[in-house]
Amino acid sequence: MSTAAAHVEEEDHGHHHKETFITKYVFSQDHKMISKQYLITGLFMGIIGIAMSLLFRLQLAWPEQPMGVMQALLGKWAPDGVMDPNVYLALVTIHGTIMVFFVLTAGLSGTFSNLLIPLQIGARDMASGLLNMISYWLFFLSSVIMVASLFVEAGPAAAGWTIYPPLSALPQAQPGSGLGMTLWLVSMAIFIASSLLGSLNYIVTVLNLRTKGMTMSRLPLTIWAFFVTAIIGVVSFPVLLSAALLLIMDRSFGTSFFLSDIFIQGEVLHYQGGSPVLYEHLFWFLGHPEVYIVLLPALGITSEIIATNSRKPIFGYRAMVASILAIAFLSTIVWGHHMFISGMNPFLGSVFTFTTLLIAIPSAVKAFNYITTLWKGNLQLNPAMLFSIGLVSTFISGGLTGIILGDSTLDINVHDTYFVVAHFHLVMGISALYGLFAGVYHWFPKMFKRMMNKNLGYVHFWVTAICAYGVFFPMHFIGMAGLPRRYYTNTAFPYFDDLANINVVITVFALIAGAAQLVFLYNFVHSIFYGKPAEQNPWRSNTLEWTAPVEHIHGNWEGKIPEVHRWAYDYSKPGQEEDFVPQHIPLKEGEEELQH
Amino acid sequence: MTILLTLTVLVLVAISIWQITKIFELSQPKKVNTQVADDDDNRWNGQLMFAFLIFIYGITLFSFWKWGDVILPKASSEHGSEYDSLLWISFAIIFFTQTITQALLHYFAYKYRGEKGKKALFYADNDRLEAIWTIIPVIALAGLILYGLYTWTDIMTVEENEEALVVELYAQQFNWKARYAGDDGVLGDANVRFLQDFDGKNLVGIDATDPNGFDDVVVQELHLPVGREVIFKMRSQDVLHSAYMPHFRAQMNCVPGMITEFAFTPTVTTEEIRQTDEMKAKVKKINKIRRDNSQELIAKGEEPLEPYVFDYLLLCNKICGASHYNMQMKIIVETPQEYEKWMADQQTFAEFIQ
Repeated sequence: MSTAAAHVEEEDHGHHHKETFITKYVFSQDHKMISKQYLITGLFMGIIGIAMSLLFRLQLAWPEQPMGVMQALLGKWAPDGVMDPNVYLALVTIHGTIMVFFVLTAGLSGTFSNLLIPLQIGARDMASGLLNMISYWLFFLSSVIMVASLFVEAGPAAAGWTIYPPLSALPQAQPGSGLGMTLWLVSMAIFIASSLLGSLNYIVTVLNLRTKGMTMSRLPLTIWAFFVTAIIGVVSFPVLLSAALLLIMDRSFGTSFFLSDIFIQGEVLHYQGGSPVLYEHLFWFLGHPEVYIVLLPALGITSEIIATNSRKPIFGYRAMVASILAIAFLSTIVWGHHMFISGMNPFLGSVFTFTTLLIAIPSAVKAFNYITTLWKGNLQLNPAMLFSIGLVSTFISGGLTGIILGDSTLDINVHDTYFVVAHFHLVMGISALYGLFAGVYHWFPKMFKRMMNKNLGYVHFWVTAICAYGVFFPMHFIGMAGLPRRYYTNTAFPYFDDLANINVVITVFALIAGAAQLVFLYNFVHSIFYGKPAEQNPWRSNTLEWTAPVEHIHGNWEGKIPEVHRWAYDYSKPGQEEDFVPQHIPLKEGEEELQH
Repeated sequence: MTILLTLTVLVLVAISIWQITKIFELSQPKKVNTQVADDDDNRWNGQLMFAFLIFIYGITLFSFWKWGDVILPKASSEHGSEYDSLLWISFAIIFFTQTITQALLHYFAYKYRGEKGKKALFYADNDRLEAIWTIIPVIALAGLILYGLYTWTDIMTVEENEEALVVELYAQQFNWKARYAGDDGVLGDANVRFLQDFDGKNLVGIDATDPNGFDDVVVQELHLPVGREVIFKMRSQDVLHSAYMPHFRAQMNCVPGMITEFAFTPTVTTEEIRQTDEMKAKVKKINKIRRDNSQELIAKGEEPLEPYVFDYLLLCNKICGASHYNMQMKIIVETPQEYEKWMADQQTFAEFIQ
């Protein structure tokens, strides 16, 4: 850190030490390169995660019908082209794990925290470039292990992404609880280490390396979001690590933390006195904050993009910061709403209902503030802006059903049904994914010095937006019909026969949505090499990253780091010529800085 | 001749217009394609935003019209009607908020689409507005929380009493069993350690040293008398399961090493619910689907599907392994007389292990 602090003082950063291919592109300590590494690894994992969801959607729409694609992709796990039920469970498990952790935690937060924290606060790099590099490579290692677990003889972990014991603890319970589960746990333990190193670095950097004039109350909302996300991560991820370690002990060393009184495969096991409910507490102590670890960076990105493209200040900056803090605090005391019917004391259920529904208040404030920011704006409907507006829309649609799920009484009958699947996919899955896309479209010029094609971006957004509702809106009805999630097929219940055509509709939308992501991938890869060269500040934005040269240099700015004289949201300020005034422009004589 | 002349003139005119436009185009500075939204983009995307609002409303209405009938019928339990009213009140609030906020969001996106030279309003803060949209959710939520907690406490307070029927639900990969207390009204002690006693005939691990266990009745089909409170004691022998009885708005996890509880009073018998118009329509629809599917099966030389008759369901709703999707038990709600008659026909544990 002391060396990094010294960097800040340095006036000229011209003395480039010689970089080899390895230090520049592989074991790089430069935050911009690391952010690109995170993004590309995250997108790669995203392709796997989404492809898996399409496979199990095919099974759900046309259950047990032979399909060539199953045979081709799953081989012996799909005898005669029909997916095996164990493989179905493995696919939903790994889909969840990859999307939540590898794409929307590492891919989203890792990419944009790394790219934007130093550039937007005016720092030469992260506080510790070395830790940052280690953080990425641990993430890479955990991704490799997770992908490797897909090739295990008996299949990968299959106990759901929450891997509740005893199912996950006993190899006798299902094939996926053997080597596949061991690899899952090892991969996640390494992932947590990576995430902690990253988060500590983000916190230290934001607190210590802000440029002159960049007070906390002048921080762009992106940075506030990344900063608070990192704090939640540091508070809650270690608890998941302890849960994973205890589970490893139960699995491999015969302890009984989570197991008791079990008879399986004709055998009474020796476990005594443990409780699966303990595991659920530990898991959800991370699991719920994780939702906000995924969502807050997306909301931060959206705040920045909506303000820039509305050419208006973000409405209620202080309220936005306060609601980020309130959500972060509340997120750590609501985990029990995943466990209303787990067998824990019903009184605890009452407490968790109370805290859970409180989260609706800061969330509502955020939604209203976004809407008011649009009001009387001069909206530049770039693809990034469309995805940000789309995020607000799905955040509202998905968030509102949280009123039902967060209420212990109502949870009784919709718990673990498709209603839950619809809810969380809209409110955190789709919303966070939109945040990721918005961020990529907006900061692509900063990352790759070129522009993405806007027309392909529009196609990507509109098809995705329609399909996202097309997939998840009907899913509420399947849930209201009482169909549990994680069912390989619903044909075992004639009562659910009338859901078959809804499942077909959902799968068709899902397949189209999947195809739309190919448009994005093409646009992304093509633009890296052949996109239009970017200007320095293509979106006419106020934040500091756009004062850095287009060409990436180590240390971010030639010469001095710009000083900051105002907040990030002086858009369309009366008395100014342009409709934006970047943060490094000093106040004019007689100009007042807004009391925000 | 005149026709030919006219055509030639027209062609020449067309060519000259084409040439003039081309010169005009070339003399203009080439329009730079920076990939930033221009006025055209803002216009058509703004219009699409408005269209998208109509799409959201449309898909909502369409889904209710087309799939509204798949939603669970009215609750068949006493607390279930409380549950249903709370549910529909919450839905009313959700629909109201959803309709208004989506309208504002998408309408603003359309109405304030950018134009070159237009300037946005510099409007950064308004404490009163923010206070309003903090306080309104607070009031709405306070109401929901109070109503919810009142109902929750009501449902979850299980008091042992003479009147209630005590039934054990026993879960294992991948089936359910139910145990009734027998004449003495007390369930015998049980543990998975005893499962192998009596050559595996001790299906739920009843402790043979506990005299209360011998008159217990273990069955694979759950019969409940209408109008009498049932207290369920849930157990699992291997992994987590969840006993989900959607028509009664009842669910509780079955946890190895622990006994969990849930209680409700069934109010509608199986026979009664089969006779409701709603259920008749649903069964008719399902049977039509099954007939169509059967025809396909017959064409392939396979057995046709059985016609469907409605029965209450107990489903497993916690992922438990390969056959999780098919872990079910039939529930029959009947009159007390029918229930007594059925019970009299069942073997007690003592008889079964003979």
